[in-house]
Amino acid sequence: MRTTLSRRRFLRLSSFTGAGLIIGLNGVDGKAFGQLVNLSNDAELVGVTPFVLIDPKGGITIYNTKPELGQGTFQSIPSLIAEELDLTLDLVTIRQSGGQVELGADQFSGGSASIRTSYTKYRKVGAAAREMLVTAASQSWGVPAQECITENGKVLHKASNRSATYQELAAAAAKLEVPKEPKLKDPSKFILLGKRVKRPDIPLKSNGTAVFGIDVEVPGMLYASIERCPVFGGKMISFDDSAAKKVKGVQQVITCERLIGKYRFEGVAVLADNYWAAVQGRKALQVKWDYKGYDKFSLTAYEQQLRELAKSEGVVDHTKGDFDKAYAEAPTKLEAFYETPMVSHSPMEPMNCLAHWKENNQIEIWTSTQVPFSIKNSFSKEYKVKPEDITVHVQFNGGGFGRRLYPDYVHEAVQLSKKAGKPVKAIWTREDDTQQGPFRPMTFSAFKGALDANKKPVAFQHKVISPSIGASSNPNYDKTKTDGGMTEGISEQAYEIPNMKNLYVHADMHVPLAAWRAVTSTTLAFSHECFLDEMAVKAGADPMTFRLSMLDSKQSDTKRLLQKLKEVSNWEKPLPAGWGRGLAQWEFFAGLAGNVVEVSKKGNGIKIEKVYAVIDLGTMVNPDMVEAQVEGAIVMAITAAIKNGIRIENGKTIQSNFHNNPILRITETPPIEVHILAEGGEKIKGVGEPGLPPLAPALCNAIFAATGKRIRRLPFDINKI
Amino acid sequence: MAAITLTVNNKQHKIDVDPQMPLLWAIRDFVGLKGTKFGCGMAQCGACTVLMDGNPVRSCSTPVTAAANKKISTIEGLSDNLEHPVQQAWIEFQVPQCGYCQSGQIMTAVAFLKKNPNPTEEQIDAAMQGNLCRCGTYPRIRKAVKRAAELMKTKPF
Repeated sequence: MRTTLSRRRFLRLSSFTGAGLIIGLNGVDGKAFGQLVNLSNDAELVGVTPFVLIDPKGGITIYNTKPELGQGTFQSIPSLIAEELDLTLDLVTIRQSGGQVELGADQFSGGSASIRTSYTKYRKVGAAAREMLVTAASQSWGVPAQECITENGKVLHKASNRSATYQELAAAAAKLEVPKEPKLKDPSKFILLGKRVKRPDIPLKSNGTAVFGIDVEVPGMLYASIERCPVFGGKMISFDDSAAKKVKGVQQVITCERLIGKYRFEGVAVLADNYWAAVQGRKALQVKWDYKGYDKFSLTAYEQQLRELAKSEGVVDHTKGDFDKAYAEAPTKLEAFYETPMVSHSPMEPMNCLAHWKENNQIEIWTSTQVPFSIKNSFSKEYKVKPEDITVHVQFNGGGFGRRLYPDYVHEAVQLSKKAGKPVKAIWTREDDTQQGPFRPMTFSAFKGALDANKKPVAFQHKVISPSIGASSNPNYDKTKTDGGMTEGISEQAYEIPNMKNLYVHADMHVPLAAWRAVTSTTLAFSHECFLDEMAVKAGADPMTFRLSMLDSKQSDTKRLLQKLKEVSNWEKPLPAGWGRGLAQWEFFAGLAGNVVEVSKKGNGIKIEKVYAVIDLGTMVNPDMVEAQVEGAIVMAITAAIKNGIRIENGKTIQSNFHNNPILRITETPPIEVHILAEGGEKIKGVGEPGLPPLAPALCNAIFAATGKRIRRLPFDINKI
Repeated sequence: MAAITLTVNNKQHKIDVDPQMPLLWAIRDFVGLKGTKFGCGMAQCGACTVLMDGNPVRSCSTPVTAAANKKISTIEGLSDNLEHPVQQAWIEFQVPQCGYCQSGQIMTAVAFLKKNPNPTEEQIDAAMQGNLCRCGTYPRIRKAVKRAAELMKTKPF
């Protein structure tokens, strides 16, 4: 699809007034993405994505295309452009993009992908703009461009003592040809990239002025609270709203559909002129549901089914050598079975959305979301409007962790606004957020491992038994094939084991499932790296030495990572009596990180004394933000390892709020020491997720070292080992 | 419905609301200050923490009527330009990630340091343990509260 965009419309989109320099990247159809074009003087603009705007009468605006969830893209993405323009961020207005077609399909935050997919692309945008501004100045002054420098939003020619602001030069620069391959800055000259630059959103988040989705108001809006079936899969029979309508402030009671993955769940919404009234009205609703037998569902019984399914062969995910023969012939063998729970995302900002379906069939949406581009496109199909008639105002997200990849809560608000004929803000309660899913699925894992006569690993098998995130979204999911989303990482580890056969066994599930920060690696790293520890114990080897021995033949990132962990954790230094030390690493699509955890016995339980983390990045934007992400990932991983998780009985989620679905507290948070491997260069790995997977296995391996007790099921009670 | 006068950040607001309405929604939707956040609705997470006569309370579980004739302080009233030592320390240590729980974290820290200007690390943990953060900013909260206590010695607020 080619998108034609008039200059006037583009200017409206970007709130940009007057003639000036606009640099974009051509090709929203994906074919020519990255080709720089000059949009400034085009009457008709075709398929362009403008990121930096220089207004002769105003300021310099840079778009952030990656929704800010706390991971720091509000600083890191604009910095890629600003760096090449020699601009510090205090000279720039940062605007959050809203999925505009013109700004590209990659307007989402997920997969730890923001920096690794944007680093060079956005630097080129800034470099091209700089080159044009310099050329404009040099032509106007009659001096060689090479003699001009840029700093603080100005072009300077020191020999003739001349200077001009970018704004003054913008109109002339706009008339120039856009350089196809602008020269990128020498990294040794960087003022932003790779530096501990303070985040521009932090002051806003320290005085209450940061606007999250839940904070937006428009005149005439109604608040909604929505009653949904407590049993997953139930259907509405009828509802009685007579008592609800008597609550003062309640205006309307209407139905809506929650679209999540392949599911459509019905709800009854109470709309009122304030949120509290909407909640009171909802409590007074009487809704009859047909549970359709789903109230017989028990997670305990389902887990037993997974254990039974583990006996089936499954489909092959990955093979190497001849596993069956090597395993049969090996002198030393071991098997183990590991189990993990479903967990909730529970971002601190509950799901919410303000939507306004206007009389002209234009839809305006204000929300916290990870996926503005996808909202415009999928909603356009669902509601039969043009993508450009949907405006998404992306707010600061009060946490995402994968939950806000799913715009189910946006669908509800959009439908309610259409039916109500007014702007509607729907806010989920914490109970809604905890009980309605989607959840990270559990994975169960059956392992076989074998050692040769020299106690070297000779055969290895990881069989994953689980429901599927993919099947939850895709009605045409093919159960006869392996599922890379559910075997994530198990065949990607650098360990050299000559014979491997990894398998997948699919289990059906009717509860909506979702990606969660670091996705399936959060459960598979636990089982995989704990079982490797079991093999090390069987071999009588030190767990670090055992792993390094499987990385002997060539240099690898994993080997470097383990060597760094060994060094920073003082791996070989003896620990006090009653202490234990555990190790794990994990490489997957998002990146690579490892932990050493130290624990001590405390009463009947365990205290986490210290967590050492190493993350492998190559090139990075902001070391302080990397440390923050790894610290946060470790805290989230400890919650997932030792707190309740989600249980479903009689078809309903048992947990409802933080009292029975707790998250880690400050008192439970161990000291965390983060080390970053970043030597620069072409390689760029993800930051947001890789810090999470190694924690649970490193912790459980440490507990084994301290107590001799092998933990094969998460969650576990850390106070009763 | 009840006509109530709320004193928020030294400013009086006359509102007419359900007397059972939690103070949180009165502050957010009737006074119009959005810095105080809804997290759980049952005093479990601390995102809604405000000060009532200087003491931290969970506004999501405090009926608005209980706040009449009391002095309410919210994040917006802490300083004009981020001068409060707690805010300064929060910026210095780059504490917030998503930021949603941070108004509550900061208000809890402010009330705590007023009562205990020389806290130990254990006391900081104990004071802050009722405020949940899903992003896991706890290691930085620890450092920032400690730093704020130091800053307050030279610059009382």
